[in-house]
Amino acid sequence: MLGYLIRRIFSALFAILIVITVTFIFMHAIPGGPFQSEKAIPPAIKANIEARYKLDQPLHIQYVDYLSHVVRGDLGPSFKYRGQTVNGIIAERFPVSMQLGLMTFAIAIIAGVGAGIIAALYQGRIPDYVTMFFSTIGISVPSFILGTLLMYFLAFKWGLLPAAMWGTPQHVIMPAMALAGLPTAFIARLTRSSMLDVLNQDYMRTALAKGLPRWRIIWVHAVKNAIIPVITYSGPLLAAILTGSFIVENIFAIPGLGKHFVTSIYNRDYTVILGLTIFYSILLIGLNMFVDFAYTLVDPRIKLTGGKE
Amino acid sequence: MKKFSLILAILLCAILLLNGCGTETGDNGDSPGEEPGEENGEEMVLTFNVGTEPETMDPHLSTGVPEATMMLQMYEGLARLNVNSVPELALAESVDVSEDDLVYTFHLRDGLVWSNGEPLTAEDFELSWKRALDPELAADYAYMLYYIKGAEAYNTGTGSVDDVMVEALDDKTLQVTLEAPTPFFMSLVAFKTYYPLYQPAIEEDPEGWHLSADTIIGNGPFNLVSWAQGQMEFIPNDNYYDADAVILDRLIFTMVENESTELTMFETGEIDMTHTVPGPEIPRLEQTGELNILPYLGTYYYIFQVEKPPLDDINVRKALTLAIDREALVTNVTQGGQLPAFAYVPPGIPEADGSDFRENGGDYYSYDPETAKQLLAEAGYPDGAGFPSVEILYNTSEMHKMIAEAIQEMWKQNLGIENVTLTNQEWGVYLNTRDEGDFMIARAGWIGDYLDPYTFLDMWLTDGGNNNSRFSNADYDRLLAEVRMLDDEVTRMEMMHQLEDILMEEMPICPIYYYTQPIMVKSYVKGYASIAVGGIDFKTAYVEE
Amino acid sequence: MQYPKELFIPLAEKAVHTDIVRPSITYWQDAWRRLKKNPVAMVSMVFIILLIIFALFGPYFSSYSYSDQDFDRRNQGPNSEHLFGTDSLGRDQLVRVMHGARISLAVGFVAAITTFFFGVFYGGISGYLGGRADNLMMRIVDILYSIPFLLWVIMLMVLFRELFPATGGGAGLYSIFLALGLVFWLPMARIVRGQILTLKEQEFALAAQTIGAPRWKILFRHLIPNAMGPIIVTATLSIPEAIFTEAFLSFIGLGVSAPRASWGMLSSDALTSLRSFPHLLLFPALAICLTLLAFNFLGDGLRDALDPRMRK
Repeated sequence: MLGYLIRRIFSALFAILIVITVTFIFMHAIPGGPFQSEKAIPPAIKANIEARYKLDQPLHIQYVDYLSHVVRGDLGPSFKYRGQTVNGIIAERFPVSMQLGLMTFAIAIIAGVGAGIIAALYQGRIPDYVTMFFSTIGISVPSFILGTLLMYFLAFKWGLLPAAMWGTPQHVIMPAMALAGLPTAFIARLTRSSMLDVLNQDYMRTALAKGLPRWRIIWVHAVKNAIIPVITYSGPLLAAILTGSFIVENIFAIPGLGKHFVTSIYNRDYTVILGLTIFYSILLIGLNMFVDFAYTLVDPRIKLTGGKE
Repeated sequence: MKKFSLILAILLCAILLLNGCGTETGDNGDSPGEEPGEENGEEMVLTFNVGTEPETMDPHLSTGVPEATMMLQMYEGLARLNVNSVPELALAESVDVSEDDLVYTFHLRDGLVWSNGEPLTAEDFELSWKRALDPELAADYAYMLYYIKGAEAYNTGTGSVDDVMVEALDDKTLQVTLEAPTPFFMSLVAFKTYYPLYQPAIEEDPEGWHLSADTIIGNGPFNLVSWAQGQMEFIPNDNYYDADAVILDRLIFTMVENESTELTMFETGEIDMTHTVPGPEIPRLEQTGELNILPYLGTYYYIFQVEKPPLDDINVRKALTLAIDREALVTNVTQGGQLPAFAYVPPGIPEADGSDFRENGGDYYSYDPETAKQLLAEAGYPDGAGFPSVEILYNTSEMHKMIAEAIQEMWKQNLGIENVTLTNQEWGVYLNTRDEGDFMIARAGWIGDYLDPYTFLDMWLTDGGNNNSRFSNADYDRLLAEVRMLDDEVTRMEMMHQLEDILMEEMPICPIYYYTQPIMVKSYVKGYASIAVGGIDFKTAYVEE
Repeated sequence: MQYPKELFIPLAEKAVHTDIVRPSITYWQDAWRRLKKNPVAMVSMVFIILLIIFALFGPYFSSYSYSDQDFDRRNQGPNSEHLFGTDSLGRDQLVRVMHGARISLAVGFVAAITTFFFGVFYGGISGYLGGRADNLMMRIVDILYSIPFLLWVIMLMVLFRELFPATGGGAGLYSIFLALGLVFWLPMARIVRGQILTLKEQEFALAAQTIGAPRWKILFRHLIPNAMGPIIVTATLSIPEAIFTEAFLSFIGLGVSAPRASWGMLSSDALTSLRSFPHLLLFPALAICLTLLAFNFLGDGLRDALDPRMRK
């Protein structure tokens, strides 16, 4: 197992290196640069700026230089937000996105798994149709429409919550709901279908035939096995929502990290693009590793270490 | 399964804890949006949505309009623009200008101090301007200082800092020598690149001094007291020389980017002023009486790439220009009180006698589909027959898209041109395509830097950095060079009218409308000054009970 | 204990496999038979077919085109002349919704199909092989997940302009398919791989292996059909995601060019004027929701029909 862990970490680092390299190539390949604007800057001034940020050096030197800083944990200065560092931007904004993301994740898991179990247990009956109807609405209404509608009713029509901004618990509610809509609905559908798969398995029938209490069977066997796809989905989901959503942050004016994932590319803010990509890929790869270990906790028969030969 | 429940429980606790922290930090100030007079006792609070987070709070490095608004509250230069964008003396009490209009001697007011109480001297100006020119700092707007003798050489690395001709003669006297007579120099000294900055703070942390409200030392009507979680709070600066003119007790800037959200917050009373208005909502909002249309010195136009057929034909360019119904466009599509543009330089720029440059220049063309058809026939495309496929390039925005769709339809209806395609590009790609001239017709906009037609006209110089139309005219270039060296306001304006004549005769661009800035303002907000060249000044703003 | 050798009769080679897997023709026939018995699924199927007809032929029955503007009839609510009302340039919203259906349905189908086939294939193999191969294949997924999607999109945008200069949007839809195809199968691959990891350790899979069924057969005949529930849920999820991703891509400049508009585009454009003209959002959003409901109920019906354990 230790050997596997080491191999896994090693392959993760290698994957991150590839991500950095490809992103580096892509962002330099696309037209435009960080110091371009509607009003062209005089060439001499542009040269000053490029010298300042070492953009006048050949690309391979920039690449090696960047990597040597990354290894030391320094993601460099932002080109657009002058004076700020990428580390600073992440440190300031990640806590906001994380707070919202964890809230969203909790809603999605609890509501989604709960609704899915109920729907599966009442397959083909009213509770099933009701939950599946709402979860279909949930996946077909994207967060930007859901967010706008929530704001219209909860803040504007009924005046229950502040429309936007950040800082108090009330400010978390609407964005968390808007963000949780799709994952909740998806998890509910996922849980329902994999529960049904499990409920029809022979060992379930056997357990029921043995007269074990129904709730115990459902909890111990059915939910446990049905949770595997939910766990799978949780890895990328968590990585995505912890790093913030551009759309929801924009609608609710949340000072989170999601905005920078998008604007850094529009701004060609090279260091921010790379820094955030690295941050996200570490999170994603780490969480996916965690997901694989979670599989073995839920179903000890699962082997990660080797093939079947 | 126990493990799973445990993880969930931990997760929930963590969230509750985190939210708890959020509450504490959020409650240390007054929340935005509280109605004036309520809960705050007698405190007079104004909340304005400035629309975005600042790219930087260093006045010398910043380039945007939202930043200009923030700086206007915190800093002041030798002059300050009034509501008509006309410079008025501010930190300078008087100014002597030499006979040849090359040497300006500014006399500072008595007892000027920074917001921390330290004295503000002429040397602060000298050091600050030289800092803005430092090639190491690499400021975008360093060229705004190029009018000063020796500035360009220093900034481009060919001269020394000692040769920059700005000098503090004593604590209260600043002498500046210019390269050439610059009639709008007093407007320039009101610009943010000319602000004095508190040197000890910069020396202590050259990179990060402007990142926190604690380390920013200003000299304007307000002090920044907090900047966190998408919100800035200002209180009056007691050390400001004109502190008595400041009425507000607290000024709050929110940074909501989404226009619809901003409007909702305005309607729920969370903010008192917006920075823009979603176009489609304007007809409804006009009825509230809270819609204000502010002037904004800029023109929205289409660029013709004059090297690409069929746009190399002047008749085609004219036909396309005349076939656009600008009145219909601004009343039905943009709807923000924009003015249809029948010339290039926007209204609002005064000439020497105070009359408006645009009014004197008049209109160059009108909406005239008949003439347009004739011109197109003369160019060899009667009723649009055989007209090659042309492309309108615009950058990603719903408004640009709608304008392009409307114009496409007008050309189809009025000229019979069927094959106009619309291409939308992401901002960076679009700028690049435009710079490389790899387009036929492209949307563009130009906002004046200062109140002078020159800021609009000099860009059409042959091979100029912003001349994306590839327009080249020897007469135009010659006239531009003359205007640059000219001092006499009357002849200068005359020549700029001639420049515009050439531009509108050759028509490398097709002006569409003059910008405005529609915003929502609660009826109790008074006394703010909107400046056409960028920014809103809250120095004398107040809330009427 | 001694058993006389004669008691053991070797089985014929062939009999082994045929007993485990019924002929595949009957499997699909069986599934279709069961699908027909599900009224909700059948209604959904009819709805989808009608929708396709509506998208393909509807515009020919209208007297307006998707680009005809009429400034005197802007932002009208639904009325007898314009059943869905008109938009901010006075264009008939019904025709625009019908035209939008073409783009959105095409995008949705392509996304669902690539997700379904490629994602299932990739994830299935990764999970089934396990070990080093799995580690490698999943790291590739992680890498594709991590490289910013927007960068891909801008790269494609530039590439397509180089390859097809001044297209009237002809290459537009293909560029969308390419962008979606790059990343949309990733969640499916991970979900399937997770399912296969657990399914391959279960008794029936081990049993199939013990009696020497070929590996590809175990994977595609036994393991994947048993994971069909999550597979169909994931594939149907990719439809709305693709429709709205297309809207985003068109907005930033990849894909079909204005004045053509998809459902996603119509609904996101309508958001800014939601307060004044809610009908502009209502119809495209309703179209998306109904289509999705139909696809989901059909998907659920398919899942039940394809479920190997529900066979009688």
